[in-house]
Amino acid sequence: MCLGIPGELTEMILDDGLIKTGKMNFGGIVKEVNLSYTPEAKVGDYLIVHVGFAISIIDEKEAMKVFDYLKEIDGLELG
Amino acid sequence: MKYLDEYRDRDTVLKLVDEIHKITKQKWTIMEMCGGQTHSIIRYGIDELIPDKIRLVHGPGCPVCVTPIEMIDKALEITAQPNVIFTSFGDMLRVPGSNGDLFSVKAKGGDVRIVYSPMDAVELAKNNPENDVVFFGVGFETTAPANAMSVVAAKSQELKNFSVLISHVLVPPAIEAILQSEKNEVQGFLAAGHVCTIMGYEEYVPLCETYKVPIVVTGFEPVDLLQGILMTIKQLESGQYKVDNQYTRSVSQQGNDPAQKVLQDVFRVVPRKWRGIGEIPMSGWTLTDKYTNFDAEKKFGVIHTTADEPADCISGDILMGHKRPNECSAFGTRCTPENPFGATMVSAEGACAAYYKYHRFQTELA
Ligand code: SF4
Repeated sequence: MCLGIPGELTEMILDDGLIKTGKMNFGGIVKEVNLSYTPEAKVGDYLIVHVGFAISIIDEKEAMKVFDYLKEIDGLELG
Repeated sequence: MKYLDEYRDRDTVLKLVDEIHKITKQKWTIMEMCGGQTHSIIRYGIDELIPDKIRLVHGPGCPVCVTPIEMIDKALEITAQPNVIFTSFGDMLRVPGSNGDLFSVKAKGGDVRIVYSPMDAVELAKNNPENDVVFFGVGFETTAPANAMSVVAAKSQELKNFSVLISHVLVPPAIEAILQSEKNEVQGFLAAGHVCTIMGYEEYVPLCETYKVPIVVTGFEPVDLLQGILMTIKQLESGQYKVDNQYTRSVSQQGNDPAQKVLQDVFRVVPRKWRGIGEIPMSGWTLTDKYTNFDAEKKFGVIHTTADEPADCISGDILMGHKRPNECSAFGTRCTPENPFGATMVSAEGACAAYYKYHRFQTELA
């Protein structure tokens, strides 16, 4: 139930002060999403969405960390 | 899809599995808190890839599973009132109350509708002024901001025909109840990544310190889960117990500030009964006085009943991590997804349903 799906913010739709919404693309499926909880999200950001609300902006640098860590281990083993 | 495929990559998975095998020396029991994590673990066979020395038990983090029977009964009562449109997330429809489920009400012509988001229920209320629209507001901290926003929106639009039946539960008090149980064997936790996306992870620090357990905030994909397990085992093998964060691409220490502000405005903490477990102090949310007009329980004056699971269902022990589904005598025989005894079999995210779907019939030899 706490499922959150990553998708790309492609377009802003509404910002009336209380409610902010945008269009997002989830691997080809486009949906309108409430952005009230990620007010600083910009077009092109990847967001995690749960029951129609974006709950976080994915941090690209942090997302790479696990792969960097594994590369490091590989390096150690080869060296 | 970006941010999904790479976290399911086979080579990365195998490297992490290898690392876990290298560092695991002793026997450990770890619990993943969230039903979404349970489902991923069983679906990708993560429990079978890691060393036998690590026992994974499955926590109570499935809101559908822990919503008490009484709440379903209240929902059923509300659907019987005239002019009510009852709205809910789809996964609640098949959960049995003491006398039927929401799906059977719908089948008999009751106006029960599945919504994707609580804001859809607000729209329905706006478009159907002659009906009373009720939304079944279940969930953990992840779902609460969405549910809270529906109430804020209804208030600002002065909608008199919208209300919510709230049954919100909170993760940290459940971890504490598990750790306080005499039968507890859990030595480390994978905390639920999306719950912490909202709440941050500062509230887990005192739990780590008081009970000397590592808690690692973890995501939902195979790479996330394996890295979370690796980080937990590293702490366990070296005698550490602190909060660690695997899911840094979504979770910050302080969490989602705008969401927390709305939560503080809309909800206050109350004791809640958890299905299969019983009452846990200060483990849920209800509406604050400011939003009390949107409380469906008050609006419809529903009665308080109590009800219990069938006697041979051990879902309480499963949700507390004392037992696993295939240790239940009814599992897969008398109790199946078509004829579920307990909520852990009803919900697709329940541990019993996950074991059934992926054919985990064998209990491993002790
Ligand atoms: S298999 Fe069925 S009866 Fe057994 S614990 Fe799970 S839900 Fe309860």
